[in-house]
Amino acid sequence: MHNYTIAELIKGLQNNEFSSVELTQHFLDRISQLNDDYNAIITVTGEQALNAATLADQRLSLGDAPAMCGVPILHKDIFCTDGVRTSCGSKMLDNFIPPYNATVVENFARDGAVMLGKTNMDEFAMGSSNETSFYGPVKNPWATDSVPGGSSGGSAAAIAARLAPGATATDTGGSIRQPAALCGISGLKPTYGRVSRWGMIAFASSLDQAGPMARTAEDCAILLNCMASFDEKDSTSVDKNVPDYTASLGNSVKGLKIGIPKEYFSEGLHPGTEVAVRKALADLEAQGAELVEISLPNSELSVPAYYVIAPAEASANLSRFDGVKYGYRCENPKDLQDMYCRSRTEGFGEEVQRRILIGTYCLSAGYYDAYYGKAQQVRQLIQQDFSDAFKSVDLIMGPTCPSPAFKFGAKGDDPVAMYLEDIYTIATNLAGLPGMSVPCGIVEDKPVGLQIIGNYFDEARILNVAHQFQQITNWHQQTPEAIS
Amino acid sequence: MSWETVIGLEVHVQLATKTKIFSAASTAFGATPNSQACAIDLAMPGTLPVLNKQAVNYAIMFGLAIDADICQESVFERKNYFYPDLPKGYQTTQLEKPIVGRGSVTIQLADGSEKAIGIHHAHLEEDAGKSTHEGNLPHGMSGVDLNRAGTPLIEIVSEPDMRSAEEAIAFAKKLHSIVTSINICDGEMSQGSMRFDVNVSVRPTGSSVLGTRTETKNLNSFKFMEEAIEREVERQIDLIEDGGIVAQETRLYNGDTKVAKSMRSKEEANDYRYFPCPDLLPVLISDATIEELRQALPELPDARQKRFVSQYGLSNYDSNHIASDSNMSAFFEVVAKGSSNAKLAANWVMGELSGALNNADLNFSGSPVSPQQLAGMVARIEDNSISGKMAKLVFEAMWKGEGTADEIIQAKGLKQVSDSGALEKIVAEVLDANLAMVEDFINSDESKRKKKLGGFMGQIMKASKGQANPQQVNQILLQKLNELL
Repeated sequence: MHNYTIAELIKGLQNNEFSSVELTQHFLDRISQLNDDYNAIITVTGEQALNAATLADQRLSLGDAPAMCGVPILHKDIFCTDGVRTSCGSKMLDNFIPPYNATVVENFARDGAVMLGKTNMDEFAMGSSNETSFYGPVKNPWATDSVPGGSSGGSAAAIAARLAPGATATDTGGSIRQPAALCGISGLKPTYGRVSRWGMIAFASSLDQAGPMARTAEDCAILLNCMASFDEKDSTSVDKNVPDYTASLGNSVKGLKIGIPKEYFSEGLHPGTEVAVRKALADLEAQGAELVEISLPNSELSVPAYYVIAPAEASANLSRFDGVKYGYRCENPKDLQDMYCRSRTEGFGEEVQRRILIGTYCLSAGYYDAYYGKAQQVRQLIQQDFSDAFKSVDLIMGPTCPSPAFKFGAKGDDPVAMYLEDIYTIATNLAGLPGMSVPCGIVEDKPVGLQIIGNYFDEARILNVAHQFQQITNWHQQTPEAIS
Repeated sequence: MSWETVIGLEVHVQLATKTKIFSAASTAFGATPNSQACAIDLAMPGTLPVLNKQAVNYAIMFGLAIDADICQESVFERKNYFYPDLPKGYQTTQLEKPIVGRGSVTIQLADGSEKAIGIHHAHLEEDAGKSTHEGNLPHGMSGVDLNRAGTPLIEIVSEPDMRSAEEAIAFAKKLHSIVTSINICDGEMSQGSMRFDVNVSVRPTGSSVLGTRTETKNLNSFKFMEEAIEREVERQIDLIEDGGIVAQETRLYNGDTKVAKSMRSKEEANDYRYFPCPDLLPVLISDATIEELRQALPELPDARQKRFVSQYGLSNYDSNHIASDSNMSAFFEVVAKGSSNAKLAANWVMGELSGALNNADLNFSGSPVSPQQLAGMVARIEDNSISGKMAKLVFEAMWKGEGTADEIIQAKGLKQVSDSGALEKIVAEVLDANLAMVEDFINSDESKRKKKLGGFMGQIMKASKGQANPQQVNQILLQKLNELL
């Protein structure tokens, strides 16, 4: 059952081939057997899952249940779950049990989806390798000496290891697309404002966006149908009709104009990855799509701009973790200053502290204009690059990340090398555009991803093309050796 | 050397919304600690702010009331600092693009003159919670109450246009009058609904360069504000005259102990690292919204004062005094219309009633004597049914809840005797019973006679149990005594 896609599981459940309880138990069993190998899941909610599955089976038996009813999924541990510990991968929140659900969690619960547990992640979503998690690194099911990517590495690895058919994730600078690419699955970061941020622990509020991860584009469409909603509780959520993302999956790619930014095939791109991505583009061209070389001239500025804006916002967003109200508080503080200082020093990991310091510095009196002010200007230039490009093309494609999964510790001493992992993904966050990664090859026995970037609220077209690509290729069906 | 004082005010006004600026929790005062703090107010992870539209409307109304520019695209920013009663570790406020731009407020001074005080801007922000370090707390612990956290505020920043404590107090009172007249603040100073930060500097008279200022924070009564300013001016002048220099610093004044002290110097000031809040979109305000609010804006104190002069013929002093208080104004108008003697109504509202309310620590809306009751009483003075002296007894009885003026006059037999036949009889009886006094009166110089009339009046009023109409008695008495001369 664990090799079925979500689309297949929905058919099986609705046709009574198996019950949600059976399905849920099957995945719980796999988790208990295999999670120790990959460390993809922080908290398993077995009892709760079986209760939810029982209710889902009742709903299914009455007929007319929503698509996701009875389908087991995992939530990234950044989404608040009522009564279930939500750690955000940090010691700071190791003891935090929210009394409310994130809107994303609520949307899945409303439709009867079954939560199996909460997935591991880089601490506060800050990382591209899952090495910053308080709960230890996640291992890539394709090669357990390699990283799964981050920050949604737990969700990606769990899907690759068939511990769940789908999962929620978040993407601030590539945290859905990069781990999806490195783990050989499909993942979509929607347009900023498409999915509610309520109850999703903030890293960089103007960049954070939740999205689905699954093995196929079709499954991502099914998950996004459930996730996406206008939410009055999130002022940046956009009040725009949510289409049925599965409805247009069958459209032809004939005549589609695909922009290929020359900046995305420059120095630093692994030759194997380049070959795989170019082959994928040729496959689409063979289906009638038209490839157009374009330029996104300010691409090289996206990483530096991002590493000012994201830490600046994070430095304020993480101020609430002060030991006063919830979360970690140091032992025996001698005064208020000591409590703040030690609670935050002991509760946050090194990378989180680094980013708080960078952000605090960038916003300081005398530096604001040179850093934060400048970065906001760059952000506008990057938005302008994309809007110029979308005047002549329908989609933009390129590699998701520069190379296949690297080994643990390979970039541990060099934060900048780690930051460059997101060189192709960050610009879409700065612009607020939707982007997706789908598997497009195997390089050095590890998967690599094709990135598909669309115009604002053009998720349906991205999913359509990704689905069409998956009709003519089988990269998304490849399974890590240890799993098959 | 003579010195000039320069004062600027920053005024925090709590807006009278039912719920908080970014959450649906209640803003009611005085609840059990932390019973009115929801997940958003507690800054629980993943929670997000949603702007209270009423708070925005109230800020716009204030802007319209002071004839200021309304910023049609204002922006919320984060002001970062750590304190236990600031749950997010930042205050959501406005800096670069505040909702209310430049405006002006006119103050009236004791000598009858007027002065315009500039408003630099006013911005929307959230209040912090409260920390307590006393009370029933374990040793070494402090308590945090987040009920107030997220209460909507406008911070009004004046230009340094005031030159004395008197002007500063007049300005503060005028702001109080404006925000309560347009119903955007309950004006309850004792509950912290209005709090004042006072920036004070001094300079040699005639100088155009500003001296170094100090800021005394969080004054919540006009009296404390006046004391704090006077002491600070004195301190600065003494300091400079002794060869010292004023340090830029934040100070605190304790109104109970009358002690002022430095809180932090400029060097210790926080770098607040303001930046636009990414959780909130810019606040867009349409022309239509502004126009709608302008149309619905209640009467402002200055307009009301002018109307009281033209409609009721009140003096400048009386009209200013009453018009500055919207509750007193509403009360006055009912009394004036119900009694057809506005000046008398004004005297009673400003005098006896205000005094009684003050003593009982009540406001006009909680007055035990209704405006209708007071109007009924003033009408009886006006038609000579009772004397002013009797009216005080009637008022006391009304205060105690003994009924309407007419009921009390009836029950206590206080009705004034104006029947000339009856009065003549009383006067004649009193004269007959006091022949010696009459003799004395006749034999006195004309210049001293007037003084001696008082004695007869007292006897006559006593004989009538105070019910005799004094003007009439005076007339009859003079007539009768003249006949004897």
